[in-house]
Amino acid sequence: MNRRELLKMIAAATGASLIGADAMAYVELPDATPLEKTSFSKKDYLLWEAICDTIIPRTDTPGAVDAGTPAFTLRFIHDCYRADQLSLFKRGLVDIEQQSQRQYGMAFTKLAEQQRYQMLSALNDMANATNSNKTAEKGLWQVVEEKGLPPYFTMMKQVTLFGFFTSEVGATQVLRYVSIPGSYDGNYPYNKGDKVWAPEY
Amino acid sequence: MSDKYTYDAIVVGSGISGGWAAKELTEKGLKVLMLERGKNIEHVKDYINAHKGPWEYPHHGRPTREMVEQEPVLRRDYPLNERTWGTWTSHQDSPYEEKQRFDWYRSYNVGGRSLLWGRQSYRLNEEDFLANAKEGVAVDWPIRYEDLADWYSYVEKFAGISGAKDGLDVLPDGDFLPPMALNVVEKDIAARIKKAYGGQRHLIIGRTAHLTESRPEQNRVQCQYRSRCWLGCPFGSYFSTQSATLPAAMATGNLTLRPFSIVKELIYDKDSQRVTGVEVLDAETNQTYVFKSKIVFLNASTLNSTWVLMNSARDVWDNGLGSSSGELGHNLMDHHFQVGATGLVDGYEDKYTYGRRPTGFYIPRFVNWGDDKRDYLRGFGYQGRAFREGVYRDNSAMGIGAQLKEAITEPGPWKIGANAFGEVLPDHRNKVYLNNEVKDKWGLPVLEFDATIRDNELKMRKDMASEMAAMLEASGVKNVVAYDSEYALGMGIHEMGTARMGRDPKTSVLNAHNQVWDAPNVFVTDGAAMTSASCVNPSLTYMALTARAADFAVEELKRGNI
Repeated sequence: MNRRELLKMIAAATGASLIGADAMAYVELPDATPLEKTSFSKKDYLLWEAICDTIIPRTDTPGAVDAGTPAFTLRFIHDCYRADQLSLFKRGLVDIEQQSQRQYGMAFTKLAEQQRYQMLSALNDMANATNSNKTAEKGLWQVVEEKGLPPYFTMMKQVTLFGFFTSEVGATQVLRYVSIPGSYDGNYPYNKGDKVWAPEY
Repeated sequence: MSDKYTYDAIVVGSGISGGWAAKELTEKGLKVLMLERGKNIEHVKDYINAHKGPWEYPHHGRPTREMVEQEPVLRRDYPLNERTWGTWTSHQDSPYEEKQRFDWYRSYNVGGRSLLWGRQSYRLNEEDFLANAKEGVAVDWPIRYEDLADWYSYVEKFAGISGAKDGLDVLPDGDFLPPMALNVVEKDIAARIKKAYGGQRHLIIGRTAHLTESRPEQNRVQCQYRSRCWLGCPFGSYFSTQSATLPAAMATGNLTLRPFSIVKELIYDKDSQRVTGVEVLDAETNQTYVFKSKIVFLNASTLNSTWVLMNSARDVWDNGLGSSSGELGHNLMDHHFQVGATGLVDGYEDKYTYGRRPTGFYIPRFVNWGDDKRDYLRGFGYQGRAFREGVYRDNSAMGIGAQLKEAITEPGPWKIGANAFGEVLPDHRNKVYLNNEVKDKWGLPVLEFDATIRDNELKMRKDMASEMAAMLEASGVKNVVAYDSEYALGMGIHEMGTARMGRDPKTSVLNAHNQVWDAPNVFVTDGAAMTSASCVNPSLTYMALTARAADFAVEELKRGNI
């Protein structure tokens, strides 16, 4: 399409309003709320960072912290979660910290890697035992849309995975991401160890 | 053309059918004014999200609470997201009333829903045009398949429909570009279904409005398998107003496009029983303008075309232009869906797919077809796909940490699922009307919906779930689960009817050439015209009806009949 021609035609239209750049569809959206403007404290952030790091650690590929997932997910939770989901998430943070104090007599952020892993693994098992199969099937991000509330750890795990795999680092360095495939092959070879294609959203 | 307020033809709306009307009429030499109530979206330039990865959206594409609270309708389904935000119409500006729930997803922009459609493109079959008369439902279509067959070919060739010639009466073949491909699992399941049902059921590749061969003459490139169609395609691969009909209409030099132009009403002249033009409200300035023309094509989308009629000539008819039959606003239809089955396919661990195919498979209707008889009328087709599960899958057995990371970053098992799209019968009780108490942002009365699916559809839904489950089981698929999830009329975004075509002005709004019986220089060629719904995706039929009516209109103008 000849853009100049189109604009000329529009301009020629009787009484036509100016077609301004501010009137575009596919709106450029404002950035997510900055972390410091959310209700999460610096302490919350450090605790959450340690949780994310335990759920998706750095291995031979980058982990959740490398991908900026802790900050993204807190901003996401602040902007996207319902009030009851947000307060469940916060209760979860408090609970993890209290459990850490009870079990190990120190803050979660001070625990050794293995201790963090054991604590969150146990929470994960408990959450799975409570979840119906349906909740587990619902997918990573849809927890946000659910009417009821899952165990808080399910919410934490799902939002971490969502944030990580839709991050640039997660999508391009941990999964496989192709912006313009150019063709389709419905009989594409798969070798054990090949990564999945990154999700589009 | 001496007067800038006067044209040969006015086209109201710039979506799939409006774009076609503009192209056909301008190419036949008419000076055409195309009015669009929303803003402009310029091809390629305005597709600002087309190359973004998920991380380039503030919330990686998901809606915020603010969006959810602002959009009580969009949030009911996928239209509420960051990727297409700004294209689907906001309820805040353009509310409507629901006596019964009706999901109405609109896109008030140049191109309308041609930028947001599902692109599945099927012809109605011979039976679709006969069923009402045979079964005594509603009224008979005033046309038959053969009246539309050549027009289907005509629009398919220009739009570019990829598909296979499957040789099925139930789903007539068209003039197709090479088909997209079924994947390895879909091919095998297709063969198993064919065998299990004695060759009576068919799993075929979707017929889709995507180029599979580039067309330099249209400035369109073949599909790049990105599946980001709803963000606007910078390659012009799929059919939209912007990629196809608008450039063709512009190239004639006969088109004027005026965005931000809400058509308030058609101006009806009692003496000549013709419409002389339209009154337009500028959506930005609130000024009104009158544009005159010899003919008007109403392509504002099903319910807005009906709204324009209802809001016109109210001094002559209480319920507006075209209401003399008492059928304007009635017989509202959609395709009911959100019902089907899914399952797990064993094996194929050494197979995967490359590329994001923007279509799936299709299983054409088989119920109430040939010797098959059911306890309800009409039928349904299935749309589905087989795929290997990705990161969004059940991870409950994967634990956390390195173990989780390794397990979930490798593809899961193959799954297959299909969703049925069923025909909704035309029913006089399913209606929409003006609510003069509630006004939109521009002070115009809004539509109120009073429609629902009924016994025939509810009976059909049982089969829509169980037949898919049975086909999957018969093909050796494991863990088959049938589902029937939330559906309300409108959710299919295939709204049809409310100004139906017919043979008798006493029982229909439009005649066999889509002319309003009460004002024959007004043509309605979008979904409003549909006399029945069939079970196939309807847009291709609107294209064919529009091209046919435009051809007729120009001939009638030459003959001096309108």
